[in-house]
Amino acid sequence: MLTHVWIIPLIPALSFVAILAVGKRLPKKGAEIGIASVAICLVLALTTGIGWINRVNHPPESAHAEATTEAIETHEADATAEADHTPADAETEATTGEGDHAATSADEHAEGEEEHHVTPVERTVTWFQTGDTTIKAGTLIDGLSALMLVVVTFISLLVHVFSTDYVGGDRRETHYFAFLSLFTAAMLFYVISSNTLQMVVGWELVGLCSFALIGHWWEEKPNSDAALKAFLTNRVGDIGLLIGVTILYFAAGRTFDVLSLNTAANLPQGSPGSISHGLLLAGSLCLITAVMSKSGQFVLHTWLPDAMAGPTPVSALIHAATMVVAGIYLVARNYGVFFNGLSIGTANVNALAVVGCVTLLFGAALAFVQTDIKKVLAYSTVSQLGYMVAALGVGAWTAAIFHLFTHAVFKACLFLGSGSLAHHIHSFDMKKDMGGMRKRMPITHATFVIATLALMGFPLITAGFWSKDEILAGAHMLGGDGGYKFAVVMGLLGAVCTCAYMTRAYYYVFMGEPRGKSAEHELHENGPRITVPLMILAFGSIVVGWANLPEKVFGIGVPDSLSLRFEHFIEPTGLYFPSADNNFSHPEFVPWIALVSALAIVIGVGSAYLWYWKGKGPHGITERSKVARGGYQVLENKYYLDWLYTDVITGFVKGPFAKATNWFNQNVLDGVVNSVGEGARKAGGFVYHRIDQGVVDNVVKGSGLAAEGSGSVLRKSQNGKVQWYAAYLFLGATILAAIFVVVAS
Amino acid sequence: MFLNQFLLLAAALFCIGVYGVIARKNGVMVLMSIELILNAVNINLVAFSTMWFHAEGANPLAGQVFALFVIAVAAAEVGVGLAIVLAIFRNYKTVDLDQVDLMKG
Repeated sequence: MLTHVWIIPLIPALSFVAILAVGKRLPKKGAEIGIASVAICLVLALTTGIGWINRVNHPPESAHAEATTEAIETHEADATAEADHTPADAETEATTGEGDHAATSADEHAEGEEEHHVTPVERTVTWFQTGDTTIKAGTLIDGLSALMLVVVTFISLLVHVFSTDYVGGDRRETHYFAFLSLFTAAMLFYVISSNTLQMVVGWELVGLCSFALIGHWWEEKPNSDAALKAFLTNRVGDIGLLIGVTILYFAAGRTFDVLSLNTAANLPQGSPGSISHGLLLAGSLCLITAVMSKSGQFVLHTWLPDAMAGPTPVSALIHAATMVVAGIYLVARNYGVFFNGLSIGTANVNALAVVGCVTLLFGAALAFVQTDIKKVLAYSTVSQLGYMVAALGVGAWTAAIFHLFTHAVFKACLFLGSGSLAHHIHSFDMKKDMGGMRKRMPITHATFVIATLALMGFPLITAGFWSKDEILAGAHMLGGDGGYKFAVVMGLLGAVCTCAYMTRAYYYVFMGEPRGKSAEHELHENGPRITVPLMILAFGSIVVGWANLPEKVFGIGVPDSLSLRFEHFIEPTGLYFPSADNNFSHPEFVPWIALVSALAIVIGVGSAYLWYWKGKGPHGITERSKVARGGYQVLENKYYLDWLYTDVITGFVKGPFAKATNWFNQNVLDGVVNSVGEGARKAGGFVYHRIDQGVVDNVVKGSGLAAEGSGSVLRKSQNGKVQWYAAYLFLGATILAAIFVVVAS
Repeated sequence: MFLNQFLLLAAALFCIGVYGVIARKNGVMVLMSIELILNAVNINLVAFSTMWFHAEGANPLAGQVFALFVIAVAAAEVGVGLAIVLAIFRNYKTVDLDQVDLMKG
């Protein structure tokens, strides 16, 4: 199974085609095809996972021996398609330099856990060749991709089932299920990619599906706007992704292959085949831009809350559990590049950790002022993604992936829960249309509470506690001298905020008397297709935390067969992953951090309880205090980022085009003297405006003027006559040919 | 039989084609001129291939195969081009390319 994982994304891709082709004629409008295909995928993904666990428990005797046998097998299978390639071309088994690595780290592992080196299963075929460059495509299976396969298919299956009730009878139900299938296929394709070029393809496909699904109800303008916004914001990051991938391609000696790329990045500086630190830094900074857009990190996170315009199951699948973790996965997959490029192991501060910490705090703060339950959850997702990025930034790789795993489960539960609440009243407004849901929807209430506790990180029993605590412990213990102190502080503050805003949301939704639409409707619990996925996810919100118990909890030892299972199976070993040579290490359970984070929950929940239930605290402070009002408004307007993006930047680039032409013509026609005088006057006014109106205005005006000038010059050549364009083309070709002749002779 | 005879023929054809593309007003004529340009290239490809096939490391059929590809692509291109001309004619009642300047800046 490990070498044939390419089947897994193929199944939902075929299902996409099948649903579009025949879905409308089926009794369930294509949902049955989607569910069947995802269910098969889940089984296959679990098989892959079990296969991987077996491989870890019984590592192949010798990587080399296995490579040759598998090469022969695959060669036979591919003989028809790849007739002219040698076995080595058709199949490459990653080889890790066992001797070298084991020797240096042997003493560190000598005390307990025995060294296990498990080679990932890579299988590649030639995608295309241009000149001497061969671009390959293939699958790469290790613990990380096996885990992602299981997470994606598992959440996707539950979302499919939930959707049959939630969007049942919708006008475009068939398209909905078709795109769910395509999305699943894209995400699965992305996580098993063996090279970065393939990851770009998967990344873009995921973005496309998200566009289609967010804009599912495109008849309403806000929805199609939100879809466009998600797509365009992601494009900003895609530029970073493309540049980063290109830099790494050339830096690593013309290879896109993830394993060789990261192996090269992990080599000590200066040794043959290594990548210079500057290139690694540039590459990882570009990739961070991509992570910021896809994983909703601060500054480029604005699309994520708007994306709640899509159907709720879509939000659960895409904007909580799978697509937004694509960025996290990108970092985790290429961790060698990031770890060494940002010197994570030895630094006390780095770009990735800062981005994550800022996001986790700012996202949590924004969740306070939302009245829409889905928006609260959206900002909560932004905040939790911040935790994951921060964890990767401080070097706690396992903690980040563990949090990704637990978060996928409990956030999907919360999102589906909000969908269940709003299924009959068709409104997500907590203040106006909800309230008193506790008695009327008992199952939704119970599951929502469990998932909320998991999100808060309720000590010892919930999944969120173990993963969040591991992140905080990592921030405390890893890095250079003193660790990432700011990350610990910001992480704990974020935890307080998380508890408070979730308590607030709980109060508005479940407590008090029904208001608005929920009072008008006769509400009752939803059917099993909605409640069963909720119950499964709520159950998961508790048990998945046991996947990575620390070795010691408050001094009590956890048996070996239970502790650090996640780290044992998921964390890659081998040269493509940072090792102790690169200052990579693991955090342990830190009792005081666990106690402080428990205290954070008490503070967060307690203050929210006093505020909402008891009515204590400075209510009405936003009316009385100017500072508080200002702060509230900044939050209410989402830090004015949307305003900056749409009104300032976009507005000035597209707006003054006609005005620009007029301005330019008059100045040119009025002669040089006039235009100099006019220019001087404009410049004077420009300086005045800068002093007067502040920096933002200044930058904007500058770009506006540049657009004016260049626009009116270039406009003349755009006369719309195709033959002129052809003439330009030939002119250019002639000049190039002339240059070529001169240079060549 | 010298190579330069073919190259001169191809150059002449190419220039006629370029003249046609730039100067003719009729859309169909412009498409035909593009065909001339492509065929000039084809002549070059075939000529080089025929004259130099015995050169060191040369693939004797590469030029011919390439020319066949060009012909196939040209056929597709004309199909699309004529469809565009038809669509223009339906909307403007003319195939004069000077009249079709909706895309001006």
